[in-house]
Amino acid sequence: MSDTPPIRTGLSALDRPNSYIGRSVPRPNLGRLLQGRGQYVSDMVLPRMGHVAFVRSPHAHARILSIDSTEARRLPGVLAIVTGAELAKVCTPWVGVLTHLKGLKSAPQNAIAVDRACWQGEAVAAVVATSRAAAEDAAERVQVEYEELEPVVDMTTALDAATPVIHPDLGDNLAFERKLDAGAVDAAFAEADHVVEAEFVFGRHTGVTLEPRSILADWNPGEERLTVYQGTQAPHMMQNIIAKHLGLEEAQVRVVCKDVGGSFGIKVHVYADEMAVAALSKLLRRPVKFVADRLESFNTDIHARDHRCKGRAAVKADATITAFEIDDLTGIGPYSVYPRTSAIEANQVVNLVGGPYTTPNYRARARVVFQNKNVTCQYRAVGHPIACSVTEGLVDLCAKATGIDPAEIRRRNLIRDDAYPCASPSGLRFEALSHHAALDKLLGMMDYPALRAEQAALRERGIYRGIGLASFIEVTNPSPAFYGIGGARISSQDGVAVRMDATGAVICHTSITEQGQGSEAITAQVVASALGVPMARVRVILGDTDNTPYGGGTWASRGAGIGGEAAWQAGRLLRRNILTAAATILQATPDDLDIAGEAIVDTATGSERIELKELCRIVYFRPDTLPPGFQAEMVAVRHFVPREFPFAFTNGIQGAWLEVDTDTGFIKLLKHWVVEDCGTIINPQLVDEQIRGGVVQGLGAALFEHCIYDERGQLTNATMADYLVPMAAEMPDIEVGHVVSPTKDGELGAKGAGEAGTAGAAASVANAVNDALTPFGVRLTEIPLTPELILSALRRI
Amino acid sequence: MKAAAFDYVRATGVEEAVKLLAMHGGGAKLLAGGQSLLPALNLRLMAPEVLIDIGGIASLRGVHIDGGTMKIGALTRHADLLVSPEIAAHAPLLAKAMPHIAHPAIRNRGTIGGSLAHADPASELPACVLALGATLVLHSSRGERRIAARDFFTGLYQTALEADELLARIEFPALQSGERVYFREFARRMGDYAIVGLAAQAKLEGDRIGTLRLAYFGIGERATLCPAAAGILAQPITPNVVADAQAALSRDLQPHNDHQASSATRLHLARVLLARCVDDLLGRPALPERRSA
Amino acid sequence: MTTAVPITLTVNGEAVEARVNPHTHLADFLRDTLGLTGTHIGCEHGVCGACTLRLDGVIVRSCLVLAVQTDKARVETIEGLSDSGEIADLQTAFRDRNALQCGYCTPGMLIAADDLLRRNSAPSRDEIREHLSGNYCRCTGYQAIVDAVEVTARSRSGAKA
Repeated sequence: MSDTPPIRTGLSALDRPNSYIGRSVPRPNLGRLLQGRGQYVSDMVLPRMGHVAFVRSPHAHARILSIDSTEARRLPGVLAIVTGAELAKVCTPWVGVLTHLKGLKSAPQNAIAVDRACWQGEAVAAVVATSRAAAEDAAERVQVEYEELEPVVDMTTALDAATPVIHPDLGDNLAFERKLDAGAVDAAFAEADHVVEAEFVFGRHTGVTLEPRSILADWNPGEERLTVYQGTQAPHMMQNIIAKHLGLEEAQVRVVCKDVGGSFGIKVHVYADEMAVAALSKLLRRPVKFVADRLESFNTDIHARDHRCKGRAAVKADATITAFEIDDLTGIGPYSVYPRTSAIEANQVVNLVGGPYTTPNYRARARVVFQNKNVTCQYRAVGHPIACSVTEGLVDLCAKATGIDPAEIRRRNLIRDDAYPCASPSGLRFEALSHHAALDKLLGMMDYPALRAEQAALRERGIYRGIGLASFIEVTNPSPAFYGIGGARISSQDGVAVRMDATGAVICHTSITEQGQGSEAITAQVVASALGVPMARVRVILGDTDNTPYGGGTWASRGAGIGGEAAWQAGRLLRRNILTAAATILQATPDDLDIAGEAIVDTATGSERIELKELCRIVYFRPDTLPPGFQAEMVAVRHFVPREFPFAFTNGIQGAWLEVDTDTGFIKLLKHWVVEDCGTIINPQLVDEQIRGGVVQGLGAALFEHCIYDERGQLTNATMADYLVPMAAEMPDIEVGHVVSPTKDGELGAKGAGEAGTAGAAASVANAVNDALTPFGVRLTEIPLTPELILSALRRI
Repeated sequence: MKAAAFDYVRATGVEEAVKLLAMHGGGAKLLAGGQSLLPALNLRLMAPEVLIDIGGIASLRGVHIDGGTMKIGALTRHADLLVSPEIAAHAPLLAKAMPHIAHPAIRNRGTIGGSLAHADPASELPACVLALGATLVLHSSRGERRIAARDFFTGLYQTALEADELLARIEFPALQSGERVYFREFARRMGDYAIVGLAAQAKLEGDRIGTLRLAYFGIGERATLCPAAAGILAQPITPNVVADAQAALSRDLQPHNDHQASSATRLHLARVLLARCVDDLLGRPALPERRSA
Repeated sequence: MTTAVPITLTVNGEAVEARVNPHTHLADFLRDTLGLTGTHIGCEHGVCGACTLRLDGVIVRSCLVLAVQTDKARVETIEGLSDSGEIADLQTAFRDRNALQCGYCTPGMLIAADDLLRRNSAPSRDEIREHLSGNYCRCTGYQAIVDAVEVTARSRSGAKA
């Protein structure tokens, strides 16, 4: 068992000798996953379960004239075929807007399309059958008559007068526009010694969770209760929304998550076809299961990061960057996704550009336009990769213009480590970041001078290697500022209930959820540390709205900082309750007692006073021996939400080292480094692995991943052979280091770490490619960086 | 995606297999390794009425060398070719190509016959048999038919196989002294279908390249021999000669566009491969060899 | 309607008799008919590797094998390999190194990694990456998996020495 020394934070309770805070202990739930004995929703079977296959629109934009299921119904195994109009009687439509995103507009979306299909792949009918194969056979026989409409597929012309308006009631295809103007931008550009600019283009891509979206809805007419097994990150949110749109009370809906085969934000959203499954179960009065196949996943899992962002920066001769300006355009789908909206990503881009830097002048415009393509929404790191790629790309352009080394220009412009608390021009409040400490550490880890020397030597031999740096800030532990203030019933607080049972075993229920990042593990670590018991005695229950406190779930890197803090506080409270009971039994003072291992001990001498299991025996089975008027409470609940800062910002910096084959345009990733500051680290191994996984998703975006639509709005590469995800042979080893700046918004001091890797990886790779190609005087500002793009820039084709 | 239903029959011998093929005509598909067929079935790209499983026909499996001729049974699995000492010694081109075919789990099932009959333009083996100057032995109820590899691949996933024929055997001369081989493909990720690849075999006469067969894959509708370029290279090699040969590739290749690469990119990569191939065959690499991607 | 075909095979050492629809692939047969859900489905076109298991001693993609093709065959899934203890050291190494997060790729990844170690007792990191190049993992970024396989290789060789 690998175990690193705890990271000292100066908080005495966390530094206990038997504390698990800061230790890389293995996750307790791994046994079943390693043996193939996990239970994913896609594994589940219920009696009389029906399987769904959807009839999906082959057209990007089409009126549905008629649906004839006569022939399909005759096939064996068919239980029901349901159209959008029929299902609309069971499930009401929704609109994906939030009030704090001023001006955001969207049209009502139904669980199954009614009258009109607005993207290729949108469901137009549902077939429920005794097997998925039978459902697919029947789906093939459903005759749908379409009238094709002109699709909107080019975001750059979506707002032109000649382009059809997808939702005429909305007036135009502009879903959302945000403008920001801080400081004196025009003056800064006028007084600059150099102005750099570029258009940054980002290929739309998607999450590709290995377990596809899976849902099993079970309406029990006898109980009038709907149990939904769904690999969602936010079960309470889904409970609320399913109840609302199916006309049920929240108490009539239970959402259970089970093991989840990857999410990364993909499974935190409300999907029309999943709502349809819940509605179908209620309609048919039996369990109904849907597992998206891989084609469906590509066509209907939320896409993300389809942006064209013009950026400019103003810089003085001494390399002081005096202004940033961006004009960002993003093409979403025909609907803003519910309930988190498809405007958040662009909103984040506006918020985050320039974030690490002292640059006081900043102007931004972001426009979000509807298209007849798949819907888009939050995917790991949300707008951060865009903001970071634009910012860091402009910073490198400034370095080039002023002749300053890229590391040095960052030194001159990053916010000083002693400047906190402070705020960004876009209004972000920073508690305590460590950009300079992180930069220094990174350059040391990379041996930056040695890499520069190697680069120079190899260049002489016609071998082109590049170094790319990318500083970033990262939103974690979000408060209601993210969604709540906009009217969404998405909780930003979480709760943990902890109890000690009759043998001294500890059970905790937490409202955060697990998709593999280690939520269960860190909850156990924190509770065990708070109590003083061995971790093996702590069991964690999560992902069940019937059996956990009400909370937000795991998303936006909030699990450790918010759920972990609630676990800490609940554990500390239970500890007090246990010591109070022990003091009563031992006729001692609670402050003189402690819990260590499996016993109550004297704080001063460490000597054992009474075993925990004996204490529990008395409390549970012999309360007649306790003083009258005393009731032991071996349970505690605490909820937590950060109150000081709307977001707990973290910071980091990444370095990429790669080689470009200028004959073929192929890129080989040689090595990658990350220095991350996420405050107190509960489990170093889990944090580092989150960072590595996040980096590789960013590397995928940098080189490989692209949802390619043609001019008719058809997704042309919807298979694992054609959509390229990063595989083991092309990925580098990733070295991770840390700086620790705990947050004071909570006792643990933990901030989030789940998305940092993705935030900066693509930016560092793009900068490295441009650095490698410096002798050729080319600049690439588009990802994915395919061989074709490289060869084209080098004028080899 | 679940495959549409079909019937299934196992053939215990070649004669039974071809009789079944003749009986079912276009409604039947042969099942060998299934590594190309099953994805197509699962994706519902095809819906045959019956699958004729020939996987158990032992006589169609195996590698022999018979008086200077390599004979490979069509059902020989990629994994077996990968570790075969006869292939390593007498057909090094195949040995070099094997690690590029998909991944170990696929290679354990996929067969050379299946790959050739499927004729995916981006797959390795059609180009290899072209470079080897192989003869394909086909079988039907009407008897045996021998066809040169260069006449076998007729179009996009199209071969000269009649509806009632199966590919039984691949034959080609064992490697002779003075013969050298070259195999290289450019793929974004290990195991992917190539964007462009080149399988080549040449007989060196002193420092000259004699009998050269250049077979490209991943470019155009089918694996393609480039006799024009090969012809130009049959003279003392200078940078100009190589440049002429690279230019001549356009005469034989018809590169296509797809979302991986444009035809211009494909042609460029084909030219790069040609230059590297020449250097390698002559034993004088100009640049350190790099892994693809 | 097509005719169901009888098959007799062993799965994790247990004799199984069944009548299967020809178009049912092995992964679905194991999961739906035998309840062995440890073999996962990620793509059904043979690219992601989640369905990797052992058939007659070699690794295959069970989504690209029809159940009817496994008559008289020997199938070993992650459940059987776990119970036999054959890959216990790999599983421990994966656990200690956190070489799995969501666990969905893990059965296929373990079986593919074990296949490598049975062929190559001292693989380099590049060789490990190459052998696992057909197994998609979205969570780990692969490095922890390579570390765990490397450690297991060393301890297996150490144990033999």
